[in-house]
Amino acid sequence: MLDRITGTKRTVEGNGHLPVDANLITEPAQLVSRVSAWEAVQAARNIQRPHTLDVIGRVFDRFNELHGDRGFRDDPAIVGGIADLDGRPVVIVGEQKGASTEENIARNFGMPHPEGYRKAMRLYRLAEKFHLPLITFIDTPGAYPGPEGEERGQAEAIAQSILLMARLQTPIIVVILGEGGSGGALALGVGDVVLALQNAIYSVISPEGCAAILWRSPAEAERAAKAMRLSGPDLLELGVVDALIPEPPGGAHTDHAATAAAIRTALAAQLAKLERVPAADLMSARYERFRAFGALEEPGVTAPPPAPDSWWRRIVKRAGS
Amino acid sequence: MRLRMPFGRKPNEFPSHLWTQCPSCNEMLFNKQLARNLNVCTKCEHHFRLGARERIELLVDKGSFHEQDAALTSGDPLGFTDSKPYPERVAAAQTKSGEKDAIITGEATIGDNPVILAVMDFEFMGGSMGAVVGEKITRAAERALAERRALVIVSASGGARMQEGTIALMQMAKILGALARLDQARLPYVSVITDPTTGGVLASYASLGDIIVAEPGALIRFSGERVTSGTVGEKLPTGFGKAEFLLERGFLDQIVPRPQLRERIGFFLTAFRAASQDLRWSL
Repeated sequence: MLDRITGTKRTVEGNGHLPVDANLITEPAQLVSRVSAWEAVQAARNIQRPHTLDVIGRVFDRFNELHGDRGFRDDPAIVGGIADLDGRPVVIVGEQKGASTEENIARNFGMPHPEGYRKAMRLYRLAEKFHLPLITFIDTPGAYPGPEGEERGQAEAIAQSILLMARLQTPIIVVILGEGGSGGALALGVGDVVLALQNAIYSVISPEGCAAILWRSPAEAERAAKAMRLSGPDLLELGVVDALIPEPPGGAHTDHAATAAAIRTALAAQLAKLERVPAADLMSARYERFRAFGALEEPGVTAPPPAPDSWWRRIVKRAGS
Repeated sequence: MRLRMPFGRKPNEFPSHLWTQCPSCNEMLFNKQLARNLNVCTKCEHHFRLGARERIELLVDKGSFHEQDAALTSGDPLGFTDSKPYPERVAAAQTKSGEKDAIITGEATIGDNPVILAVMDFEFMGGSMGAVVGEKITRAAERALAERRALVIVSASGGARMQEGTIALMQMAKILGALARLDQARLPYVSVITDPTTGGVLASYASLGDIIVAEPGALIRFSGERVTSGTVGEKLPTGFGKAEFLLERGFLDQIVPRPQLRERIGFFLTAFRAASQDLRWSL
């Protein structure tokens, strides 16, 4: 008999990473209507969608941008700095797309080079050193796949970023704003809490790339998008994101102010909770959060081990005892 | 009476089950001799790909390997179907290869150093990393940590397994979480990169060893050519992204020919053990 170690459906209630918040969508059933996968891809890529600097300007106060990786150059596709959230300083790192073709060329369409990830890592370490919470914004089609990226170690930079986030001794909140493109997104994506805007997407490869490989034709991208289950509600069901931040009716691009307000509320609430968690608990909870991913079958092994309590439940229990 | 041509090759003179042509020097190689030479061309030393079982045999001290987690197989987290359902693809690959997935892990010794060894097999669905690869490497790293052994991973992979979507992507974070703990415990991790290693495997554990070595001529690239030409519309020059290129650019410690791998890994592990105060790792 085959024992399922991990089911395919890990609802937020089930994995217990996050207590239910009034302003967050933690169950797909809470969504009034679900857009198709391809519609989500279009919405996530909408050039009018609020991008990282726009969101930073509306959500935080006194943002001071910090430039450069101290080694090669300042990558315009990744921005970062220090700002206040409700009067509390935090470190912010985000991938930056443009709102026009010219801006997009300057920002390399939000596709970071290795030096961008090295800038991000420098800021991660800064956050850890001064005990500042880290907030990251993901919005990229993927890491830049061209030859300049290859020869400067794109893979190494991404690997080091993921490793550093996994061990960073400070609270991390990740928000997927638009496109979460594979490893280039995950380099900013290892957090204690992972949130996404309702119409954001997150995938292991772009739908076009997946179609080019599995269907041998980029034109099959729409089918690939559906099969990959990359839309917000799918990610919620898979447990890849803990909660969705609701967008205004019509989508985030129709009302940047309302979108930013929702992000601000979500960040403030999550941060208030995370800051009460002791560092050791935070580290083990982050480890367990990512340790749990994977649908596996293992014949011959009996009952699956009971899922460890989330940091949140442990805190609640401790407070009660 | 049949007419015999004294010169010139008959079409079946080199049947493929007996002979292989070297893609590098065009020499016809007798398969048995090629296998005896560890799948390295006897004329030009071109390194052919090597299956995981053969690889383990050449890497570890004779008879020291004991496989672990051999029963783990993949689920279907997305219910994924392209031209055929994902579970059918896995089943076909299992039948073809006789393996459960794209990696074999277990304990062994290399030059008398206790290690946990994980070896990927490109023949199984392009060595793609799904939850089985992720789980087996994570368990390997956790076991290395618990038993204070070194970790050696041999990579050969096209990257994350698309059919498992973001769950495959999350394996990168899962594995690296375990590698971070290994690093903090000051246990050695040696990454051996073989042909080909690309995508999410290169962008995670393959690029993070205390020591990173590669085999000669191995293709080592972040993005596959089809992805690059589809996304950026830019054709890359040939020979770009080979092991020699990465060594020159500073991303590899060494390029090590296959017959020397065991001895070389053993040298590093012994050196790391020399000054260690820890019991098991200083045995």
